[in-house]
Amino acid sequence: MSEISSEQIKEYVLRLADDAVVQGHRLSEWCSHGPFLEEDLALTNVALDFIGRARMFYAYAAKLADDGSTEDSFAYTRDCREFTNLLIHELPRGDFAFTCVRQYLVDEYSLRFMEELCNSEDPTLAAIAAKAIKESRYHLRRSRDWMLRLGDGTAESNRRMQEALNELWGYTHELFEADRFELSLANAGVAVDPSLLRNEWLTAVSTTCEEATLSLPTENWSVRGGREGIHTEHLGHLLSDLQFLQRAYPGLEW
Amino acid sequence: MATPTKLISAIPDEEYQRRLRRANSPRPDLWLKLDAVTDPEIPVVSIWDLGVLQDVEISDEDIVVTITPTYSGCPAMESIEQDIIKCLSTSGLKIRVRSRLAPAWSTSWISDDARQALKTYGIAPPSQAGEALCCPRCGSTELRTISEFGSTACKALFQCLSCHEPFDHFKPF
Ligand SMILES: [Zn+2]
Repeated sequence: MSEISSEQIKEYVLRLADDAVVQGHRLSEWCSHGPFLEEDLALTNVALDFIGRARMFYAYAAKLADDGSTEDSFAYTRDCREFTNLLIHELPRGDFAFTCVRQYLVDEYSLRFMEELCNSEDPTLAAIAAKAIKESRYHLRRSRDWMLRLGDGTAESNRRMQEALNELWGYTHELFEADRFELSLANAGVAVDPSLLRNEWLTAVSTTCEEATLSLPTENWSVRGGREGIHTEHLGHLLSDLQFLQRAYPGLEW
Repeated sequence: MATPTKLISAIPDEEYQRRLRRANSPRPDLWLKLDAVTDPEIPVVSIWDLGVLQDVEISDEDIVVTITPTYSGCPAMESIEQDIIKCLSTSGLKIRVRSRLAPAWSTSWISDDARQALKTYGIAPPSQAGEALCCPRCGSTELRTISEFGSTACKALFQCLSCHEPFDHFKPF
């Protein structure tokens, strides 16, 4: 681990923080738009877990940066190109089916990812992961349940779930791609090599889809770019909402 | 070394250490004072009973209180922090509240007294191994899940099929 600099760990931590804040923000958009009250609360509770996760990562990145950066400056004052989240997180929330399918795909990934990150030689990353695992287990239980209820539900719910799955599938490949930077950190025992998670993820997703009477998409297009800061057109709109207050009134506190 | 105040069996080691820190503290009065600080969402349980309060260290110029977050996004943590500072403000020392992530908070640290207090308050405490979840009002085990996430992330919403009352269940975590 000695050859890894704190600047490199910071870059890695920001990736994980961006994933969590963007996912959390998309979920938070459901606040008061949920299909029924209990579901509204569940969505916003899961959102809160992701935003909490983002805060822990950003706070750690700020500590590593040691240049006056704060969790807020990372979240509120960086522009699109500086965000390095994976693209699947930034796609608009869509209908309830789309949100459920994305959450399920992300939860299956997140749980395995955090289980691995728990073994990181970086003690802070391992501690954050240990907290996140416990939350992810609950998230997955809920999102998997929705896959089954809506996939194996009415003709209309099945159609919407299948459409969402088809639309999201091309964005799942990026979850398992590691660039040279991530691999070098993984080799040093700090980061997770996500390619190692793929088989298990695919097995779990296939089993759920079969049970939910959904078919795994066969089209083989895939989109990538998030880790390089190349995003879909949706991230800018998300940030304009997320960052508005700090952009209009810099440094505002309440 | 002082002996712990009561014999505790079968608790996780980190929880045993936490109780020792309190039992062996040179300033038991500070811990006692902090028993007045509760989770704003569950006002019947102190942050000590909840396992959030981890340590109280005192030096000549300041008091450092260590807490551990329950859920990562739990909005109660900030208000707990402010309550701690307010609670100890009469000491005349600078109060610092430090948050520690590891070991990760667990519902297995919740004391038996607190479990009873939760029940009386109408919240089913986190189920322990081999124990069936039951309605905090009538004790029935005939239940249905309304939602995996209740009024806060730490709770799930259930309904009792015997007395028909809905209730929160503090999820094992
Ligand atoms: Zn009952």
